Order: sequence, then C-alpha cells, then structure tokens
Amino acid sequence: MRNYLTLALKVLTRRKFFTFISLFGVSVTLLVLMVFTAIADNVFSPRAPESRFDRVLCAYAVGWYGDGGTSHSGWPSYAFLDKYVRTLPGAEKVAVFTTPEGTAIYKDGRRTDAILRTTDGEYWRILDFRFLEGRALTNADDTQGAYVAVITDKLREQLFGGKVKAEGQTISIDGRPFRVVGVVKRVPAMRLAGYADVWVPLRTLAPSGFETEMLNGHYQGIVLAKSRADFPRLRREFATRIAAIKPIDPRFTTVKSSLDTTFQFFARMFAPGNQYDPNRVLFTASFFSILALLFMALPALNLVIIGLSRILERSSEIGVRKAFGAPRGALIRQFVLENLVLTFLGALIGFVLSGIVLAILNGTVPIVNGGLDLNVRIFFYAMLIAAFFGVVSGLYPAWRMSRLHPVAALRGGVL
Amino acid sequence: MIKLENIDKVYRTARVETLALHNINLDVPSGEFVSVMGPSGCGKSTLLNLIGLLDRPTAGTLAIDGQNVETSERKLARVRNEKLGFVFQTFHLVPDLKVIDNVEIPLLYRKMSGAQRRKLAAAALDRVGLSSRMQHFPTQLSGGQQQRVAIARAIVGKPRILLADEPTGNLDSAMGDEIMDILHELNREEKTTIVMVTHDDRFARRTDRIVRLFDGRRVA
Repeated sequence: MRNYLTLALKVLTRRKFFTFISLFGVSVTLLVLMVFTAIADNVFSPRAPESRFDRVLCAYAVGWYGDGGTSHSGWPSYAFLDKYVRTLPGAEKVAVFTTPEGTAIYKDGRRTDAILRTTDGEYWRILDFRFLEGRALTNADDTQGAYVAVITDKLREQLFGGKVKAEGQTISIDGRPFRVVGVVKRVPAMRLAGYADVWVPLRTLAPSGFETEMLNGHYQGIVLAKSRADFPRLRREFATRIAAIKPIDPRFTTVKSSLDTTFQFFARMFAPGNQYDPNRVLFTASFFSILALLFMALPALNLVIIGLSRILERSSEIGVRKAFGAPRGALIRQFVLENLVLTFLGALIGFVLSGIVLAILNGTVPIVNGGLDLNVRIFFYAMLIAAFFGVVSGLYPAWRMSRLHPVAALRGGVL
Repeated sequence: MIKLENIDKVYRTARVETLALHNINLDVPSGEFVSVMGPSGCGKSTLLNLIGLLDRPTAGTLAIDGQNVETSERKLARVRNEKLGFVFQTFHLVPDLKVIDNVEIPLLYRKMSGAQRRKLAAAALDRVGLSSRMQHFPTQLSGGQQQRVAIARAIVGKPRILLADEPTGNLDSAMGDEIMDILHELNREEKTTIVMVTHDDRFARRTDRIVRLFDGRRVA
C-alpha cells in the first residue's frame, strides 16, 4: 500500500498541469455537490429545533377529490388535524400549528416585518428550541388564549436593539398587545416546522369557525412516535381513518392524506403526477441521484481521458510489473487507488471550499439564518461521493492498462 | 529446469506472417548459465520472452521446472512471480520510486508483510553492493548501478531462473564486467539457472554454453 501511495503522489506531481485540471474539476464538482448536500442535510436531517424529527411524522397536506376531476388540495385545516391526527392512538405527542406567514409587529410605533406562527403547547414539547430568555408557550396559554409571545434573538435585536432584555416587554401583533415570555435562538428557514420569528398561542389569532372548518386551512400537524418502529402502525391507523371519512361538502367523495417524514413530504410536493402516489419518493430520490451523476459525468470523463493518456507514459512500469508476476486484478487495484488519491484530494479541497461558500451563504442570505454548516455526516457523504467518483472514473483506464501485453508494454506500449 | 520442444513462434498481422522462431529445442538443466547469441532480428529476445512466459509459443511445448506451462494468464503470472527473474537491457526501473521500492516490486504480489519485504529488498541490494543507495532514486545512479538495482529486483524473490536480455548492452565494458561478475556469482553461489541474450562474444564465452540462433532457427 505504501509503495502504491508513494507512487500515486509522485505521478500527481509529475504532470502538474494535468493534475491541476483534474483536481480543479473534481473539487469544483464536489464543492457544488457538497453545498447541495449541506442544504439537503439541513432540511432533512434532525437538527435543532427539530432534533426529534427522526421519529416525527408530518401531516402537511390533504386532498379532497370529487367526481369529474374536482379537487381541492393544500395545507390541512385545524379541525381535520384535531379530529384525525391529534387523537391517533400510540402517538407520544401530537402538535398542531400554523404555517409561517408574514406579519407586522409594532413596538413604540415602529413597524417590523416578521414571520409568525401560532402554535399549541405540544409544539414546544416536540421541538427543542434553545431558550435565551424565559419560557415556552404552554397548553394553558393556548386554551386560555393568553396574549403571550416567544420571539427569536434576531427579532429581539430588531425590536429592542442591542442588549436589552425582551422578556416582560409588550409588542403589538395584529393590533393586539402580546407580552414576550421567551426568547429563542434564531431558526433557519429550512426547518419546515421550526422556522419563524415570533410564536403566539394558536387560539389568540385563530379565525372564527377554525374548530369546525374541515376543508380549508393553513395548519401543520406533527406526530412524535415513541420510536420509528411505530411509523407503519401510525400510518396504517391514519389511512384507515382517512378512508372512512365521508366529506360533508357534496363536491367531494374521497379524501387523501398521509403521514410523511420531512423528505417524503418534499418528494410529494416535488414529483409530478398524483401527489399521493407512493412512488413519488422513489422518483424524487432517483431524480436527484441521476442529476448528481450527470453533474459528475463531465469531470469523470476528463479523469478517464487523462487516465488513458497516462497509459503510454506508464507502459514500461506496467511491463515490469507484469513480468514480475502482477496479476491483472493487482494492476487494476493499483491504478484505481491512484485515481482515488486524486479524487480524495479533490474532495478535501472541495470540502474546504464548500465550507467557505456555506459561510458566505450564511452571512449573506437572510432566510438561511446561519443554519448551514458542515459536519461529520456531510464529510462522510463527501468521501462517499469521492470514492464512487474515483472508482468509476479510474476503472476503465485501469482495465485498459491491465490488458497491455507485457512484451509490448516493455517495448513502449501499444494499446 | 527449462525445456523447449519443437517451439514455433509466428507473428501474424492482417497482411504479413512472420516466422520468428522455428522448431526450437532446448534443454537447460538446473544451475546452468547459458548465453544466446545471434544477429539482430534472429529471434533471441522472442526466445527469452517465451521462456519468461511473457509471450506464448504458436506451437510446441515449454516446461519450466518440470511443469508444462499451457495455462491461464493468472497462473502464468504466479510462475513468473515465484520462479523467474528478469534483467532488461534498458533496466526498466520505475523512476518515481526509490531504489528500495523498485526492488520490492516482485514481492508486492506475494503474501508478505511490509517489514519482511523491506528486509528482503535490503538484503538483495546488499548482495549487489548497493546498500548505501537504498533511498536514492534511479536517476541519481550511474548506468551500472541502475543495472545492479535491476538485478537486485530480479533476485529479491529468490527465483530459480534468471533471464537477462542483453544486460550489458547499455553499459561500458568496465560496468559490463561488473554486471557479469555479479551474474556469475549468483550462478555459482545460489545455483541460479541463467539464460542471457548477448551480442558480446567476450561475455558469452564466460558462460557454460552458447546457443546460437539464425533466422529463427537454432544453429548451435
């Protein structure tokens, strides 16, 4: 191994221009893939305040279908979630809250635009916000319709300036005075359940009739299972309940909805065709995998061509190795390993570059809220991509090298 | 140790058929030092390539160490690794590897620890008097020294047969003598069977026997 690695590094330094081109191609490709991976990881992996989302199922969509193509599809209503999701047996906790929407907050006559959610108390027991001041909203706050609010540190800065304590202060939302009871660390916009600037109890701003309106809504529901092993059972139970619904609205005959992980929900929204087709997850996963592969194809071809051009240069060495008994498999392994050294170097450079790009995105794109980062998991993905890339682009030149006739190779190489 | 019976080698291209060797019979007993001579293009190197299992005869049988070698490429590679050592006219050292790493190459294809490989390579270099040059690169050595490294590489796996294709062809006479002395020493002390292709009558006369080829046929 040491022998091969030494040689691999030597070969890289021998033709610096080719090495530079190869490394540039690999690192830029991996840079782009890493940035997308980091964004995907931020959206789909359980991260604060959605740390428990590895065992959370989301009820974010419902569709009402009638004869003759009539349909109504969108966010569920409060009544729908309250009746069919909140009461699911075996769920550890269920929370209902509104989708994020823009609002204007007034403090001392000055307007500040912010993203608002209204939530029940359970929301705060499933999500784990980092509190900088005060407390979370409770079920009592909700049932009593208490005019209390939790805000982010970012909004605190905007409303109160520098180091002023926000807890106990009053702000005006929708013309009503809310007392700030807690301040949490800001949340990236990629958190489909966690993102907002200000949270207030659900009932304080709920429209009239929200507890009975079944069709329209802009609510989200989340179900915390005791473990992932409970997912199939919860889904089965939910499906049974949905199938039994008889829509009151005469235009509709059937209802479709499902309990999804965050990725499944994204896949449902992304893929074309019937939103409730179970193959949409597969479609979306395949679509992005193929896109990534196509994106890698160009630098991979570049590596293949450079690898092939190096065969002639290395023919004497190949001849010697064959003469001294190298089996073809050993030669293939050697040249693929050399390619892997190149792609791993490229991956490391790409990883460092993507760290810089993410830092820039964090600093310049406001909705990101500093949420993008690199971690061990993304580094592992990077290495996995680099390994795949290295093996795929190294295999063909290596195979061609291993097929050289030893006598021809010793003479100077004839392919 | 080496037995060739009725060996033919024909090179075919789309238009031309060239008979490189015809009806070659040769028996080299264990421990013999044989030189192969003949004018350019007479088939000397082809013969050596066949004995070295780098190429296959068109007809006839070839036995190494009592075993017929009409077998898979994988098995041929194993025989080359375990029983044969090669010395080439142009040395064929890997320029990017240090002397010691070059010598280790044949051992890379055996099940052996790195430390053991290192030890054997160092011993082989010691055998050719180049212990002090282990950490040098080939280009930092003279032609004679490079050929000694190539000999160390050829003998590191303790092969019973050494095949040398004009090993002194690229060296001046003093260096050529030095290389021949090493080969004779190996033949004498290790009982290594050696087949050497050479143009130099002076070196050929020092060997046990001279095999002469002319136009692909054996004439002596």
